[in-house]
Amino acid sequence: MSQNTKNYYLPGASFWPLIASIALFLMAAGFSMSLNDMAIGTSILIAGGVVFAYLLFGWFADVVKESVSGFYNKQVDASFRWSMGWFIFSEVMFFASFFGALFYIRNVSLDWIEAGKVWPDFVAVWPTAGPAATEALVGMGPWGLPAINTVILLISGATLTYAHWGLMKDNRKQTIIGLLLTIALGVIFLYLQVHEYAEAAFTMAGSGIYGSTFYLLTGFHGLHVTMGTIMLAVILFRIMKGHFDSHNHFGFEAVAWYWHFVDVVWLLLFIFVYWL
Amino acid sequence: MNKRTILSLGAAFLSLFTINSHADYALNLKTPATEIASQIYDLHMLILWVCVAIFIVVFGLMFYSIVKHRKSVGHKAAQFHEHHWLEIIWTIIPVVILVVMAYPATKTILAMKDTAAADMSIKITGYQWKWGYDYLDQNVKFISTLSTPQDQIHNKEEKGENYLLEVDNPMVVPVGQKVRLLITAADVIHAWWIPEFGVKQDAIPGFMKEAWIRVEKPGTYRGQCAELCGKEHGYMPIVVEAMEQADYDAWVVAQQDASAAASAGADKEWAQDDLITAGKAVYEKNCSVCHGATGAGIPPAFPAMTGSAVVTGPIETHLDMILNGKNIMPAWKAVLNDVDIAAVIAYERNALGNSTGDSIQPSAVKAAR
Amino acid sequence: MSTTTATHHDDHGDHGHPTGIMRWVASTNHKDIGTLYLWFSFFMFLFAGAMALGIRAELFQPGLQFLEPEQFNRLTTLHGLIMIFGAIMPAFVGFANWMVPMMIGAPDMAFPRLNNMSFWLLIPAALLLIGSIFVPGGAIAGGWTMYPPLSIQQGMAMDMTIFAIHILGISSIVGSINIITTILNLRAPGMGLMKMPLFIWTWLITAFLLIASMPILAGAITMMLTDRHFGTSFFDAAGGGDPVLFQHVFWFFGHPEVYIMILPAFGIVSTIIPAFARKPLFGYASMVYATSAIALLSFVVWAHHMFTTGMPVAGQLFFMYSTMLISIPTGVKVFNWIATMWRGSMTFETPMLFSIAFVFLFTLGGFSGLVLAILPVDIQLQDTYYVVAHFHYVLFSGAAMSIMAGVYYWLPKWTGHMYDETLGKWHFWLTTIAFNITFFPMHFTGLAGMPRRVPDYALQFAEFNMISSLGAFALGISQLLFLYVVIKCIRGGEKAAANPWEGAEGLEWTVPSPAPFHTFETPPTVK
Repeated sequence: MSQNTKNYYLPGASFWPLIASIALFLMAAGFSMSLNDMAIGTSILIAGGVVFAYLLFGWFADVVKESVSGFYNKQVDASFRWSMGWFIFSEVMFFASFFGALFYIRNVSLDWIEAGKVWPDFVAVWPTAGPAATEALVGMGPWGLPAINTVILLISGATLTYAHWGLMKDNRKQTIIGLLLTIALGVIFLYLQVHEYAEAAFTMAGSGIYGSTFYLLTGFHGLHVTMGTIMLAVILFRIMKGHFDSHNHFGFEAVAWYWHFVDVVWLLLFIFVYWL
Repeated sequence: MNKRTILSLGAAFLSLFTINSHADYALNLKTPATEIASQIYDLHMLILWVCVAIFIVVFGLMFYSIVKHRKSVGHKAAQFHEHHWLEIIWTIIPVVILVVMAYPATKTILAMKDTAAADMSIKITGYQWKWGYDYLDQNVKFISTLSTPQDQIHNKEEKGENYLLEVDNPMVVPVGQKVRLLITAADVIHAWWIPEFGVKQDAIPGFMKEAWIRVEKPGTYRGQCAELCGKEHGYMPIVVEAMEQADYDAWVVAQQDASAAASAGADKEWAQDDLITAGKAVYEKNCSVCHGATGAGIPPAFPAMTGSAVVTGPIETHLDMILNGKNIMPAWKAVLNDVDIAAVIAYERNALGNSTGDSIQPSAVKAAR
Repeated sequence: MSTTTATHHDDHGDHGHPTGIMRWVASTNHKDIGTLYLWFSFFMFLFAGAMALGIRAELFQPGLQFLEPEQFNRLTTLHGLIMIFGAIMPAFVGFANWMVPMMIGAPDMAFPRLNNMSFWLLIPAALLLIGSIFVPGGAIAGGWTMYPPLSIQQGMAMDMTIFAIHILGISSIVGSINIITTILNLRAPGMGLMKMPLFIWTWLITAFLLIASMPILAGAITMMLTDRHFGTSFFDAAGGGDPVLFQHVFWFFGHPEVYIMILPAFGIVSTIIPAFARKPLFGYASMVYATSAIALLSFVVWAHHMFTTGMPVAGQLFFMYSTMLISIPTGVKVFNWIATMWRGSMTFETPMLFSIAFVFLFTLGGFSGLVLAILPVDIQLQDTYYVVAHFHYVLFSGAAMSIMAGVYYWLPKWTGHMYDETLGKWHFWLTTIAFNITFFPMHFTGLAGMPRRVPDYALQFAEFNMISSLGAFALGISQLLFLYVVIKCIRGGEKAAANPWEGAEGLEWTVPSPAPFHTFETPPTVK
């Protein structure tokens, strides 16, 4: 059976799903407790995180093992492609909820607060910390760090494509150089983003709706860049192990798709959060 | 199942037919009291009859088929599975019906939204769990709460005719006048609704939403809060009395006199015992739903008054908590007057199992606002 | 752990399969996972149904008898959340698990391990939701729609509910990606998209709706979480936010969610009616187009749940018109079902009875939906018992009854035995009659002005509430009969043939009953 790639590969019994459910339960229960001032909560949360990390390593190790053993035929490969595409679509919708909130607040509801006169002096301008704020708010302009970060992410998209070309030609050196550059650019982006947060004249908790939308949108994006960078590092590691060749490298492509998706989200952030 | 259970079930069943001795059930929307409500009533009847007609045709066919086209009467199955003309026709006919429905509905929506050229304005504020009315042009302001006794709710005495639909201070409007309603809330979302007026508008904290009414006939109209707003959501009715203009004018004068008397009370010096006596009524009306009539509260959401750190601590903290609220505790400064607040502070500190022995004068409350 | 997995690589095929508890916990078999889903949802159905009986007991008479108002609100909230996320949705996923691979000739789902994870994630979510009853402050009492600022006031249970919904969201998204991939990539050779059974079509579209809408809900409750604990002001006007923003985001998820709970029902009914009318489904292509149209429209109608929030007139008109449009594709479906019955050769076994009741009662729910779509009328009826009647007509006599129809229809394939037809018919008649006694009077109480989510009511509503409560208890007890019929069928009964229904078509009826552990390891060819 193991050598037979004619049929669609079906894995045998696995405990990973159960472990996933235990990990998420511990994390959710622990986080709920720590948010409500129960001291034990943080420990449970961390324990859940450890189980979750173990799960990721173990499950992906299984998948990698199956992949390099040649269990996956063309049809399995197509399944992976479909599913990655739909997964990215679900991520698009997640960001859409926050962009939708931003558009609604800026274009619709702020005007209603002004017109409602519950706060008689409030004028709807953007950025704002809301009618109850006592000081004017200075937002984050686009033409400093954000512009530099935009350039960094755009270049990283190009270096990733350069790595992909290397892989298509079975040129390992080019692939590794391209990936290393991409990872480095990702890390620089994250560093600059943290720097920007530290320098910002406003906060998430104290700056009303501007701070709320700014930090949740850029924060979730930053989280995705972090995940993307880690995933690129794993792919680099697998390339060095020789897991991919010019015909068989879906793992690489999946991460590349993800990286480009994160790029596009940033462009939208740059336009709608920083610029306009 | 013993005999008594059977009997009481039987009695319950029989009571289905006899219970309407004290209130009549209804099958349809309430009799409209405004032009808009009449339009809504007619719209509903139109759609209802259209639906009934479609229903009879469609399910007449289905039940005909169920009776005639069954295997047990030997009907052999035809094998058709498409008919383009039929499919096109039954797509187009509903479109036509929808247009017929949409036209009058659109007209009514435009009329509902037209709050211009109003004769007077009333600001309505939803609180957990009461309504505040503010007559913007007449300087009349009051709070309206449920007046049904707790004993009726807890089945200790017989329920009155307007059970749960009665308040201490109804909103009053003159008939024939276009009244603009400015609706907002102080804490969570409520909804102001009088079925006879065809008005239901969510009261949203921080936003001012508009509606309007022109009541045609004098009378008492009753509604309820229509958006879940916490535990007493079912106990914040709305009562509107529509009066002839002359009666309304007299009512306004009486209200203005009463509020002048109340503010005079704030400036005089009160004896502590008088405050405590007055405070009991204020407490039972406003505070006991959460903190309990005996001060036991419903911990942990609603803390006990007895032995509370706030109530037995510095009086300034106590005053601040009542004026400005904290988390679920609402801010009372817009709801209660200075005398009420001083009184309830005196009551909470010197009753309900507490005895700090101190109190605060209404003038001090006024100063702290 | 990885060694376990490795040693089981070559376990499938003719080498038998794991037994005992392992078979279920570590399963990678679509049929076993489907069974787990179905039992889970049935348990949740009874659990949330018991809560509904608590609600109806309190509402039997005016006044407060059994519950404090806050307890009553907790019951209505949890009843809604658990019925939607714990009973209806998992039941349909259970059907998808069992039937999708068999109907398209696939060996299993595209990702068997992820499939099992989708199921096992339901358990922590259920533990969090049910566990929230016992934490300080009790379960959430702000309604299943969780509108802020009321939800911001709730205690720790709100956080547990938020995380439970996050986990359910992951489960749904992973499950849907799995289903959509299976349908798009694992169909037997020759089965073009327009040759797929209609149940497959409806699930394809449902999976798309889930992937598109669940992340939106995740976004909404994430904003709620940060508003509660991290100082953001999305839903607080003082900070420049808007409580109604939550409603917009929630219902942008919520309306597709409504169709997530009804499209698979359309699929089941469209499978059963042709089988018992012994006649092909009328208008297959128009069914596919109508389903797609309903799905697309579901993204542009959300604010009809918010007509009383005081939108500008342009918004009100847009959402009224778009909502009315939905009745066209829905009407096409109803006409198609009736045309399928027309001049057929019908018999009335339990699945057919439930399907006919579905068509009849779901259409009643559709009519009340049309009434509610007319904005001025909705202003009167929003948040009244009329709405409660409407959504129980579409969710109970729609979704839940289609699930019952599907269970009776495929039980012979799942268990290898015929169910007890007499008891099945008893279950049908008891359910249908009790359902109407419970919910039909709510149209009247709603029209007469009884708000929903109240533990107590004015005296003119007393008669109808008493009738509703009596019906509800009959309805609840009837479902125990369902449980008995299912257990009886699993334990024995007349042997079922590969195709026990004279008129049933489809690949699932070409394999023996009960369906063997593995089916279609070599794909069949569809002509």
